[in-house]
Amino acid sequence: MTAVIIGAAETDEVGRLPEHSAFRLHLEGARNALADAGLTKDDVDGVATVGTPGPVQVAHALGVTPAWLDGTSVGGTSFLFHVRHAMAAIEAGLCHTVLVTHGESGRSRVGAPPRAFGPDSLLGQFELPYGTMGPATTFTVTALRYMKETGLTHEQLASVAVAQRRWSSRNPRAAMRDLVTVDDVLASRLVAYPFHLLECCLVTDGGGALVVTSRERAEALGTRKPPVYVLGAGESAESPIISQMEDFTTSRSFRLSSQAAFAEAKITHGDVDHLMIYDAFAHVPIYGLEDMGFVGRGEAGAFIAEGHTSPGGRLPMNTNGGGLSYTHTGMYGMFAMQESIRQLRGEAAAQVPGVEVGVVLGNGGMFMSAATLALANRLP
Amino acid sequence: MSADQSKAIPRPTPETRPFWDGAAAGELRIQRCVACARHYFYPRPVCPHCGSSDVEWVTASGRATLYSYVISHRPAPGFAGDGPYAIAVVELEEGVRMMTNIVHTEITPENLALDMPLRVVFEPRGDVHVPLFEPAGEAS
Repeated sequence: MTAVIIGAAETDEVGRLPEHSAFRLHLEGARNALADAGLTKDDVDGVATVGTPGPVQVAHALGVTPAWLDGTSVGGTSFLFHVRHAMAAIEAGLCHTVLVTHGESGRSRVGAPPRAFGPDSLLGQFELPYGTMGPATTFTVTALRYMKETGLTHEQLASVAVAQRRWSSRNPRAAMRDLVTVDDVLASRLVAYPFHLLECCLVTDGGGALVVTSRERAEALGTRKPPVYVLGAGESAESPIISQMEDFTTSRSFRLSSQAAFAEAKITHGDVDHLMIYDAFAHVPIYGLEDMGFVGRGEAGAFIAEGHTSPGGRLPMNTNGGGLSYTHTGMYGMFAMQESIRQLRGEAAAQVPGVEVGVVLGNGGMFMSAATLALANRLP
Repeated sequence: MSADQSKAIPRPTPETRPFWDGAAAGELRIQRCVACARHYFYPRPVCPHCGSSDVEWVTASGRATLYSYVISHRPAPGFAGDGPYAIAVVELEEGVRMMTNIVHTEITPENLALDMPLRVVFEPRGDVHVPLFEPAGEAS
């Protein structure tokens, strides 16, 4: 059985939304996704979302009586995990139609959970004493080792941001739309050497939701939009603190989750028309391209710098502009999936012609967890 | 807001207490599995390599090399007076890695070459001591 995404939508706006609580963003995303699917809340019997506000509050507020809940909260990729778990639950007969919601007031911090980690937590004992200030100072710490091992240059790292602006310049919803050069990126202020401001993701408010059901139910209900089939999915995790990552030049969970997704989907790299790789920072798509096997070790920087992921390139990637230039609420995975679905439906702002198979790699935490989805607008 | 100006002070748990007691005594203590003879970090009661609960605390040499780092330009509370500072991951001679700061050298990319030798020093902070690393020079 193949799971089908029959509804997908973001909040009306993304960006700076101080009048929206995180909770309201969940509900707005849910409302829009249900409308996109042509369904009502009474068609839904499963709800999945991350810890706060959590699936109980979202289901209650929507008036859904759930037969199945998933509160998996493993970082910004959690929503990809939810899709995979929903596939399994639907196949097992635990529920038939699942709503996956995201809402986050990452910038305005309205109704947002506290970020604090206690002084006796793992982070409180073994990271925070060293002056870490969130992802910009921890997620980034692998990059110099990668550069030494592979020869990646500062210019190639900067080219990730350049390529994604080429996409976001075509996306009216993107926060940052002006084209930039490598020199512009390298001239932006240092946040955490070797990372400059333009190599770091945005911090925004927004949300979105998906409706997942079985192929049989999708066909019985009829869908307003072209169905998007989940051909395969994979998930894994590595370390809760980045210092304990096995090898700073490759993500084990990127490798394992993508291997699982490709195997289940029975696709090869040549089948992939469109790619989304979670880009909290400029090095993450570089790791993703290599760890998923699209290019060889040490080749991703040149691949991006040469334009192969840019408009007109042979592997269009992060075509909404990504977390670097489109939006990044803090848990970007929902937006990576939304763009993949738009491309498969033929309704993206920067539409790539002829997309039939898309792959989404979601990262959680600082290379902490990952999930991969292989999506298609046709059955194999 | 003087309370905002102090660096984060870790609070030990029962599992991590020997690590912090060691730091207070000027020793870098890590765990070693008796069953498979491998070291590991962060402190916990089960060996991640073989699953054994037969683990012991040992004193590491304090020698390490620089595995990777960033130079933070956005100071955390208490770090503003340090100027840009290095948040580093070092690899101990025993094979385990830990996050730390590099100290006692000017924090520039030129001064911080990956794989350079380092040695541990301890900085008093509140009622604990925090392990930091300084360049060991060629003689060590």
